[in-house]
Amino acid sequence: MKKLWVLLALLGALAFAQGNTITIGFTVSQTGKYNVESVNQLRGLKLWQKWVNDQGGIPIGGKRYKVALKYYDDESKAERVQQLYSRLISQDKVDFLISPYSSGLTAKAAIISEQYGKIMVATGAASDSIFKLGYENVYQIYTPASRYLTGTLDMLRAADANLKKIAIVYEDSKFAKAVATAAKAYAAKKGFEVVLFEGYPKNTTDFGPIIKKIKAAGAEALVGGGHYADGATFARQLYEQQVPLKLIALLVAPASDEFAQLGDAALGVVAPSQWEPLVKYQQTCGPSPAQFTQMYKEAYGKLPAYRAAGGFAAGLVLQRALMDAGTTDPAKVRAALDAMDITIFFGHIKFSTDPASHGLQLGHEMVQIQWQKKDGKLAKQIVWPLDAKTADLVYPIR
Amino acid sequence: MPEILAPVLDGLLIGLVYGLAAIGLTLIFGVMDVVNLAHGAVIALGMFAVYFLFESGIHPYLGLVIVAAIGLAFGVFVYLIAVRPIIDGPPLMTLLATFSVSMVIIGVGTALWSTSPYNVDFPVKTLNLFGYTVTSARLVAALAAVLVTAFLYTFLYRTTLGKAVRAVANNREAAELMGIPSQQILALAFGIGTALAMLSGALIATLFPFTILSGGIYELKSFVASVLGGLGNPTGALFGGVILGLIEGAVAPFIKVSWTNVIEFVIFVLILLFFPTGLFGGRR
Repeated sequence: MKKLWVLLALLGALAFAQGNTITIGFTVSQTGKYNVESVNQLRGLKLWQKWVNDQGGIPIGGKRYKVALKYYDDESKAERVQQLYSRLISQDKVDFLISPYSSGLTAKAAIISEQYGKIMVATGAASDSIFKLGYENVYQIYTPASRYLTGTLDMLRAADANLKKIAIVYEDSKFAKAVATAAKAYAAKKGFEVVLFEGYPKNTTDFGPIIKKIKAAGAEALVGGGHYADGATFARQLYEQQVPLKLIALLVAPASDEFAQLGDAALGVVAPSQWEPLVKYQQTCGPSPAQFTQMYKEAYGKLPAYRAAGGFAAGLVLQRALMDAGTTDPAKVRAALDAMDITIFFGHIKFSTDPASHGLQLGHEMVQIQWQKKDGKLAKQIVWPLDAKTADLVYPIR
Repeated sequence: MPEILAPVLDGLLIGLVYGLAAIGLTLIFGVMDVVNLAHGAVIALGMFAVYFLFESGIHPYLGLVIVAAIGLAFGVFVYLIAVRPIIDGPPLMTLLATFSVSMVIIGVGTALWSTSPYNVDFPVKTLNLFGYTVTSARLVAALAAVLVTAFLYTFLYRTTLGKAVRAVANNREAAELMGIPSQQILALAFGIGTALAMLSGALIATLFPFTILSGGIYELKSFVASVLGGLGNPTGALFGGVILGLIEGAVAPFIKVSWTNVIEFVIFVLILLFFPTGLFGGRR
């Protein structure tokens, strides 16, 4: 009899809690290859949860809802993601979903969210292809891969109306190739002539042959790269070989703080980044970039990486959609997301409503960072877009 | 300078370093019929050796001498514990033994230094010679490879100890009958081969970033260079390395860089078809 009372009390508490709580489910790669990035994303989400709950919860239709997070470790494995998202929906009865980290895992989670008709805000996933499948419930926070380097080319065109010849040199990986291919098409639109379009194998350490080709082709600017190790080596050898390029923009590597170890070889190198703590967006809702950075530093003792900012942004977007909808009814929240056009600390957020690319991020733009000398020391500066910049672009760099 | 010449010169310079690595491999095979599968791991060790010496304030080029000494001692040590007990066993045994040594080195290296890239970050001058841009590090690496090879030849052909090594390589039993202590000589040869591998690793580390896994690709190149030059023939191995570097340099302007390895191995297979003992003949 005593046990029954306890059970009833628990059920009652659960019912009460659920009445004023919105549960958001997702998986985190607490182990496996995405461990670092994914845990960063989780930190951002947890910070958002704390921030919103400290304010008394999300005001929806005159009531305040506290946020609860329900998550499991997906071990960075696709098969775990599918099992766990099914579990989150059918057993844990979560109200909304956030994606795992990475495009690969998000693609798997999207299948489940679509199957059950659950709204999922996708962060940490820059792939375009997930949003070309006609899904109606998945919304992307990151700038998609197809636009990773378009901001760089816009910036280059704005800096130099006469520049013609560019080289696009990329790592032979799925991501870098997709980015480079999209950049090539966009370069033609912007009036550039792509004089070299070539991939290099993963783990390349000797860029000598590629650099010779860049010189031979007479390229005036270079965009491309892949990941950290190759990008750092590439930048170093470009400097050693004194390649007369007016601008060098590489994916990933220069956005990392370790890039400063290259010394003078880092100077002037540009990288696109989803977000940087220094950005100066004028937000229309949520905390300002500086407030977010401050909160994060207080909570975790270090500057937030863009994945952490992406985690917070995903929560904030969902929160905003719920407030706009004034209800937790999925159809109305979906309509609010479709109609969304806001600027938050993370940047501009607007989703495609075209059935062929529904949910694809249209508003958010990559920020371009450039390594510049500040007080005699190398420092990252934001040089593009103009509404987020902290310094003018140094051009030409050599 | 004609555009084609620059990549060819680049290829020549790096080819000499490949050649040095290949000499280390081929020397061990030539003297004791052991295919040293720890070769790549040892190259990576050379990279780390010069890195840590550099970090403790020793100039990388000065560090080369220390790396060679460490290599010699390490090679003798590996020979005594892993190779000597099974030197007269079937070839598969020595293959497995050296492979195990490789796994141990890579395992320990991964645990200690992870697989993140390291850089020997010393100031490099960029030289412009008649329109050909080259870094001082590349020139020095190539020069060092030539000097070490010359030194090795003087040792093998001009000293009694070197002659003993060649005698053991030619006919171990006959050498023993002449009073040459073959086990010591074998240990010495393994030590020299290891020292050469570590030296080449140290030189590569002055050019490119590396991880504990970076030796693999140079091990592969060493095999190709050794076979091109004729297994067991050190001069051949050096030329094999140069040919490999030249192929890389010469084909690069005309094809996508991703294809370089494919072309390299196609040429390798073709050479083997027409010259089964390598371009310079087998063991000497």
